[in-house]
Amino acid sequence: MSDLPVRAQLAAALGRTASKMSRLAGRGDGSVIGGRVGLALDPELLRRLAADRRLVLVSATNGKTTTTRLIASALRVRGDVATNAFGANMPSGHVLALAQAPTAPYAVLECDEKYVPMVLAETGAGIVALMNLSRDQMDRAAEIWLLAGKWRKALDGAATHVVANCDDPLVTWGAGAAKSVTWVSAGQHWREDSWCCPECGGPLDREGVHWKCRECHFARPKPDWILHADRITTPRGRTYELSLQLPGRANRSNAVIALAVAAQLGLEPEEVLPRLAEVTSVAGRYTTVEHQGRQLRLLLAKNPAGWLEAFDVLAPPPGPVALSINAQGPDGRDTSWLWDVDYRVLRGRPVWATGERRLDLAARLEAADVRFTIVEDIDEAIMAVGPGRLDVIANYTAFQQIRTRYGRVV
Amino acid sequence: MSSDRIKIVWIYPDLLSTYGDQGNVIVLERRAALRGIFTDTVHVRSDESVPVDGDIYLMGGGEDRPQILAAQRLRNDGGLHRAVEYGSVVFAVCAGYQLLGTEFGGEEGQPVAGLGLLDMRSGRGQKRSVGEIAGDVDPALGVPMITGFENHQGITRLGPGVRPLAKTRVGVGNGDGTEGAYRGHVVGTYMHGPALVRNPALADLLLRWVVGRELERIDDSWAGRLREERLATVLPA
Ligand SMILES: [Zn+2]
Repeated sequence: MSDLPVRAQLAAALGRTASKMSRLAGRGDGSVIGGRVGLALDPELLRRLAADRRLVLVSATNGKTTTTRLIASALRVRGDVATNAFGANMPSGHVLALAQAPTAPYAVLECDEKYVPMVLAETGAGIVALMNLSRDQMDRAAEIWLLAGKWRKALDGAATHVVANCDDPLVTWGAGAAKSVTWVSAGQHWREDSWCCPECGGPLDREGVHWKCRECHFARPKPDWILHADRITTPRGRTYELSLQLPGRANRSNAVIALAVAAQLGLEPEEVLPRLAEVTSVAGRYTTVEHQGRQLRLLLAKNPAGWLEAFDVLAPPPGPVALSINAQGPDGRDTSWLWDVDYRVLRGRPVWATGERRLDLAARLEAADVRFTIVEDIDEAIMAVGPGRLDVIANYTAFQQIRTRYGRVV
Repeated sequence: MSSDRIKIVWIYPDLLSTYGDQGNVIVLERRAALRGIFTDTVHVRSDESVPVDGDIYLMGGGEDRPQILAAQRLRNDGGLHRAVEYGSVVFAVCAGYQLLGTEFGGEEGQPVAGLGLLDMRSGRGQKRSVGEIAGDVDPALGVPMITGFENHQGITRLGPGVRPLAKTRVGVGNGDGTEGAYRGHVVGTYMHGPALVRNPALADLLLRWVVGRELERIDDSWAGRLREERLATVLPA
């Protein structure tokens, strides 16, 4: 790193300083601001900072922050890892993460889906992990067929190795043009965005995890790694039990991707599994906080597929649930997605609804015949629930508000 | 002429369902059930033929490629065209709305033939229209102001054979101060996704067209409050 040109060194240093100042000024984790300063000074910075590292990009609609964390935890067995642990997943965040760990031989970068082609081109990442694509915040996110097409174009003939979830047809199509791919059967539970063939538009026939196009050659590749309930089968046919502290099948999917990425970097599952099992929460997600004799468990759900996974880890009925919905910029200002979530699973539980868009939530829950109580804020739900456990599901800014209110546990 | 059982046909949820479009099915089913009207809902995937005996046909939004595929398949199928000839109700949003016209803009802005069920043509505009939309509905329909969210890059020119659904107060809609279009019982709008949620009177209008009678009032408290809140947020005081 020390052979960076003076200008790049200066830019990286200024970036670090700006980030520190941003943090001191109370503007969040400071992840983004420093990177912006650095990029403005030297547009080549990302390329320079990425040089000579073993770099992994991680992208998906859901699970990219967690998977990034799992891979980074695994790689720390080998050496320092530069990583954007706070989910600042655009190039400015990447610059900052790399600048903060200038000598780390490894880098694991969570990457916004839209930026995969650009960041891949700039960093020359050796490995790209792609997990799932589903409808997400339509007013700001790109359309997913379009995204998958951009991935496909960027990976066509690229020298990078791809680790991809072959249970997701769109991801498979996006990854399929790459020269070398590890296919992972990591599961797909939200299927409403993959009934049609991305290659020809024909219907996809699906049976269990298997899928193939009725009208063209496009079909699920044979997986190298297989996740089946709690067991993982490796390419050499060995099986391992997954035991994670992170709950739910979505995290088991994240874990098998992490294992496949780590294997590509020469780490055996025996070394990696204990590291994965140590992770208890990621950027506040799945954290349990104590407040007034209640144990609040915080679950983040940003889109319909994310809600499906949040429901998967709820305490069994009649465990109480509080829901909080905002529609600020990062959440998407459009709440239409609420109608893609099947809230009927909440019937038979005490449900509290809050957040800046609680009326949207109320109309949705009423239509699903879920009984609920509207409250001003989470405090009111907590006081109403009585001592014990409360699962809280919130979308992005609502989650951050609750996290700030009850302590920033990382 | 009244009917206590109606058939709702959701056209191509595999191609035309991007963002909460299912909400329109749920709202119609619920508002019918509260009046004691039974509903049968059929989800017709794009490899299946469209039944001609539906009472209400719903079409949702979609990306460019799925929209083009849907247009080709619906034209080849012909079921929706026949249903419209028989007087069935159609309610289409966003990409589904554009499909109803004679032409819409494809991936590169190229003209693609639509279904020709409404006299209008759509093209690709300079920039995407994303945000809240509100407008005064054609008084002939007897429905209060519409409120919704639009997210599209279309510009739609209405021909003499259709009337605009509304005049926009907030948002872009067709791009010329009007929003949506209708002719007879075929209605389309740029409000995307679950457009009927915030517009219960519009949902009831579709149901009334089918059952041919006035409907009992029902408790709209949550949808009503949501509607008021949204309109209060976007309309100048
Ligand atoms: Zn195909």
